[in-house]
Amino acid sequence: MSEPVAPADDKLKETIEDKLYLVKYKPDKQSHIEVIQEVFKADKLKVVLYICPAKVYTLNEETGECLVNHENCLECGTCAIAAPEYVKWRYPRGGFGVQYKLG
Amino acid sequence: MSDSEKFDCLVVGAGPAGISAALALARAGIQVAVLERGEYPGAKNVMGGILFTTVLNKLLPEFWKQAPVERHVTQRRFSMLSRDGEVALDFRTGAYNEPPYNHTWTVLRSKFDRWFAEQAEAAGVMIVPGMMVSELLVENGKVVGVKTEPGGDELRSDVVISAEGVNSFLAEQVGLRRPHDPRHMAVAVKEVIALPASVIEDRFRISGDEGSAWEVFGQAVQGTFGSGFVYTNKDSISIGVGSTIHDMTRHRLNPNEVLEQFKRHPAIRPLVRGGETLEYAAHMIPEGGFTHLPRMVMDGLILTGDAAGLVNASHYHEGSNLAMASGLYAAETVVEAKRRGDFSAATLSQYANKLEHSFVLQDLRKFQRVSAYFNENPHTLRDYPDVMVRLLSDYFTVSEKPKAEIEKEVIRKFRSEIGVLNLVKDVFKIGRAMR
Repeated sequence: MSEPVAPADDKLKETIEDKLYLVKYKPDKQSHIEVIQEVFKADKLKVVLYICPAKVYTLNEETGECLVNHENCLECGTCAIAAPEYVKWRYPRGGFGVQYKLG
Repeated sequence: MSDSEKFDCLVVGAGPAGISAALALARAGIQVAVLERGEYPGAKNVMGGILFTTVLNKLLPEFWKQAPVERHVTQRRFSMLSRDGEVALDFRTGAYNEPPYNHTWTVLRSKFDRWFAEQAEAAGVMIVPGMMVSELLVENGKVVGVKTEPGGDELRSDVVISAEGVNSFLAEQVGLRRPHDPRHMAVAVKEVIALPASVIEDRFRISGDEGSAWEVFGQAVQGTFGSGFVYTNKDSISIGVGSTIHDMTRHRLNPNEVLEQFKRHPAIRPLVRGGETLEYAAHMIPEGGFTHLPRMVMDGLILTGDAAGLVNASHYHEGSNLAMASGLYAAETVVEAKRRGDFSAATLSQYANKLEHSFVLQDLRKFQRVSAYFNENPHTLRDYPDVMVRLLSDYFTVSEKPKAEIEKEVIRKFRSEIGVLNLVKDVFKIGRAMR
């Protein structure tokens, strides 16, 4: 298997964290996402933990609850289709949220 | 805007569908406002990056002289990746260098949509940014306006055109569509990566304003039902991947990880090397096609663009042009409804007829079985690229073995790995799906 050696591409971002750092947001204190924790806890697949392109959803290992970082949301809506049983996702209020400069 | 003010038409969303509709309406003397939830038009708008411009050129002839478009596409490339190999169809022609440039341009949507909205504003459209439509106002089964956030204000109109985009909450609210199906909805992520224009031109073998569009299947998306893309902008490239949410979740994939694998592939890595990531974006694509369209109209409401599921998700990958066409047909329909003073579903259903008689629904009908085929036959995109690269690799491997013997071996391998009958069956089925 010929895995090429990555050149020194320090400006080419790889992780979601590094990429989100480049995205402009107008954060809203009020969250536009609601997770029904009891349903999430009972769900074995927990697809939102990996399907979200912006890592909005993480697991609180201690409580088993889903932590929601709504300020990272790129507003694609994938979570609501992948896990409609426990994710209630709506658009942020007008003017708030992601502000793509290039799109 | 006072509470008592009533518009002829409210358009929800300042994307290609909404702006096209509003521009055409304003030109016809209809009083129209576009409500956009972003702080500016384009703030929420994302696509891979190819805008097909037959409709745009009708609305704004020779738009390319002013519009912030990137490059006209003279080279189309379709390929399949195996784990470390590639088989490609690469096409280019100088004919696309002449106006109207084969109606194919790379664009960055936030820039383009902002400009497009300005053209509508100049024609008399009122654009209201920072206003999210939370629900439709419905009275006696008829849409009579919208409710907005923040503020909870109610705005009234004779008719609402929803150009809300892929999530289409409003269509769901009034029962025009069923809940989205993860098998027919793709999630896509992309990066815009800055590179000097001269480097892009060398890497993609293009000159001047020429552009290149790559669609990449197979291991580009881990063999899932989707594809990767690389499009050249002026001094950046747009690179991304998209697959159905069903397939992504089935394989427990994260979209960004799929994109990173794509960027690391030996056939792709040299294209992005030394670049600088400028922006990262995510968006969904409605891929249900003809068999999963919503009802397009009801009393006082028309659905357009992605909100109406108008995407050609075959290898053509068209959407924004279908959106513009639908916006234009919605506007024509509203003009006629206004003349009659009748905004009932019966009158607005002219819109559906217009779509039926245009490339929009004719193309969606032609490709209606594509989505079902790939959902039912996941092996096609998962296994064939690997097998093809292996067979070609054997075929081209240099040795002193007589060529006749090599050919026999390759044919024998082909028979055992895929089998003539299976290939013929799959080709037949794909062919039928595309007919």
